[in-house]
Amino acid sequence: MSEHNQNSNDSILKKPMTRRDVLRLAGTGGLGLLLGGSAVGGMFAAESHRKTEAAKVPSASEDQVPFYGQHQAGIITPAQNFICFAAFDVTASGSNSLQKLFQSWTAAAAAMAEGKQVGEESSNHNLPPVDTGESVGLTPSRLTITFGAGPSLFDDRFGLASKRPPAFKDLPSFNGEQLEPQWCGGDIGVQVCADDMQVAFHAVRNLARIARGKAVLRWVQEGFQRSTQADPTGSTPRNLLGFKDGTVNPDVNSAQDMNKVVWARGNDGAAWMSGGSYMAVRRIRMRIEVWDRSSLKDQENTFGRYRASGAPLGAKNEFDPVDLSAKDEKGNPHIPADSHVALARGDGSIQILRRSYSYSGGIDLKTGQLDAGLLFISYQRDLFKQFVPMQQKLAKSDRLNEYILHVGSAVFACFPGASKGGYIGDTLF
Amino acid sequence: MKYKVILPTSVLVASLLFSGCGQKENAEAGQTPAAPTTTETSTTPPADFTVAVEQYRTFAVEQCDLFVKETEKFTNAVKSGKLEEAKKLYAPARSYYERIEPVAEALGDLDPNIDARVNDVDAADWRGFHRIEKALWEDNTTAGQEGYADQLLKDAQLLRAKIETIDIDASLMVTGAVELLNEVSSSKVTGEEELYSHTDLYDFAANVEGAYKIFEILKPELAKKDADLEKEIGERFDILQKELDTYKKGDGYVDYTELKDDEVRKLSQNLDALAEPLSNMGKILGV
Ligand code: HEM
Repeated sequence: MSEHNQNSNDSILKKPMTRRDVLRLAGTGGLGLLLGGSAVGGMFAAESHRKTEAAKVPSASEDQVPFYGQHQAGIITPAQNFICFAAFDVTASGSNSLQKLFQSWTAAAAAMAEGKQVGEESSNHNLPPVDTGESVGLTPSRLTITFGAGPSLFDDRFGLASKRPPAFKDLPSFNGEQLEPQWCGGDIGVQVCADDMQVAFHAVRNLARIARGKAVLRWVQEGFQRSTQADPTGSTPRNLLGFKDGTVNPDVNSAQDMNKVVWARGNDGAAWMSGGSYMAVRRIRMRIEVWDRSSLKDQENTFGRYRASGAPLGAKNEFDPVDLSAKDEKGNPHIPADSHVALARGDGSIQILRRSYSYSGGIDLKTGQLDAGLLFISYQRDLFKQFVPMQQKLAKSDRLNEYILHVGSAVFACFPGASKGGYIGDTLF
Repeated sequence: MKYKVILPTSVLVASLLFSGCGQKENAEAGQTPAAPTTTETSTTPPADFTVAVEQYRTFAVEQCDLFVKETEKFTNAVKSGKLEEAKKLYAPARSYYERIEPVAEALGDLDPNIDARVNDVDAADWRGFHRIEKALWEDNTTAGQEGYADQLLKDAQLLRAKIETIDIDASLMVTGAVELLNEVSSSKVTGEEELYSHTDLYDFAANVEGAYKIFEILKPELAKKDADLEKEIGERFDILQKELDTYKKGDGYVDYTELKDDEVRKLSQNLDALAEPLSNMGKILGV
């Protein structure tokens, strides 16, 4: 103990002083001895300047997404800069411990969404801190934590078999996919998004810690998109193939559209899912090197959109309507029938809400190529009426398939939101 | 962080004989040879760990006695060129050490001398169990190991002599239990401890047993402070032990290389599940 104190005394002399050190010394009158008077003035000027700047930082309400509500946050919430997705397997037995896990998770998630630490810190120095600490002093950064149950949660372990929504099961296999078990499945999926990666990571880490002995991590994938700092105008982000991704998405501000496309209803088959949504997650590797060798024309025909503007081929602007019947002077469709947009759109009757992020996972040790791609996430009212038929079509004939490979897959039934006093998942138990 | 306890004089004398540290405090207390008192009359008097500490010391000394005995058998086998016998005696002898590792670590140089792995120390200083392990398994010979064997036995005997003087307190016990599990999680569960012999599961089991012993001793006090935590830790020890038991083979454990990736992962996760609540055992120490 005494050794420690000594060290920290020494270090004030040895280490460069932090701003806080300087201010502390200034308070005790020590600063004048170290710095000239003008320097002191400068220092305090800097401090007050910082304060006025702080006023420009987003206010608490802009920077904070309410955790409680009719629906879980993180679904129709405009996408934050970063994601840290975690799939868990439950190791505890009995629905009681599962329920307790969701209760503790809810309390922690609600606190973190407000930028608070998890749990009450005790002053006992003989105990490890309750919160892991790396988000101390950081803003909430629009943190959202969205919980969902995987199909495996409805096996015989927790007595939930009868609660499984009839249309909720593992996805069928799709043409061409090469799923790797380490990127698939999970009893519980947790989508954590925030405008700061450290805030997002902190949330996943603390949820995993709270779960010890009850649930273990199965897989984790971090992801990103261009940040709001890098693009203050908030234009459509580009994916790692260089194309604007997210142009055509149902309008999250239209309750009507969301009710049609995203939110499950009680009479859809499972009363407990009323106000919830079904999530599909696909870890899609991009063959970056191959893509980079293909001509701009090929690239644009692959998607059916121009790379620069994002406009549909044959049209001018990004948000111009997609007209699949439009033909060029030779009578060929502007947008190839096997392009990604043409196939994904189909006759327009099927929609999903996409909320994907790019990922980069270092290199593939076998080939030395980049392991990068899209952490595709979509929300829908019914996986088998929306995501599955769409992906079946894409898997069969999408031009894009030459450049991508689906390596991971999971689906989760994301609970309806919780109200204060309740907890995420309370409608299920 | 020393834990200050006021002892009845009789115990005091005994503990002065055993303990090299904390003497000043105890000596001061000795000037008021009254009935047992506590330092302050607060509402929750700090727990008295005298008995617990002595129980643990007894355990540590016992393990150390056996450690010397079994190490001697091992070094004798090495010195008389009995390769197969030496291999058989290696892991069991180490178990006694692994059970009380944090105590040994508190004794400075002894731990590296006895237990350093190939890159833990400069090549010139490398000696002890793992040095001999390499010869036995990798070079498949006892030749040239006589000097290391003699040194090892001497180091073991020195440990036995020093353990009497070590300053054990409740705080060392609490952190020691967690350290034992951290040892497992950073080297044994990954198969990095026993690079040549692959007897990692022996060490794994011994570390867990060492942690369990501490828990067992502190259990009554913990139950008073936080019964749920005490129960949770107990259950998690059970789960981990059951998992370990599935890898038993004869008197020992299967070769680490026989474990599949998912089996290792499960062991590791069960270990983390135990270590997390165990790290809160410090509750009994008060603030
Ligand atoms: C790495 C894989 C993928 C990439 C790079 C990709 C990229 C794109 C791009 C650039 C667009 C055009 C811009 C836009 O409207 O957002 C688009 C549209 C679309 N994508 Fe993907 N996508 C991928 C996978 C998927 C998957 C797996 C699905 C669903 C099963 C999907 C469904 C859609 C839909 C519905 C549209 C809008 C079509 C429309 O109505 O115009 N995408 N995608």
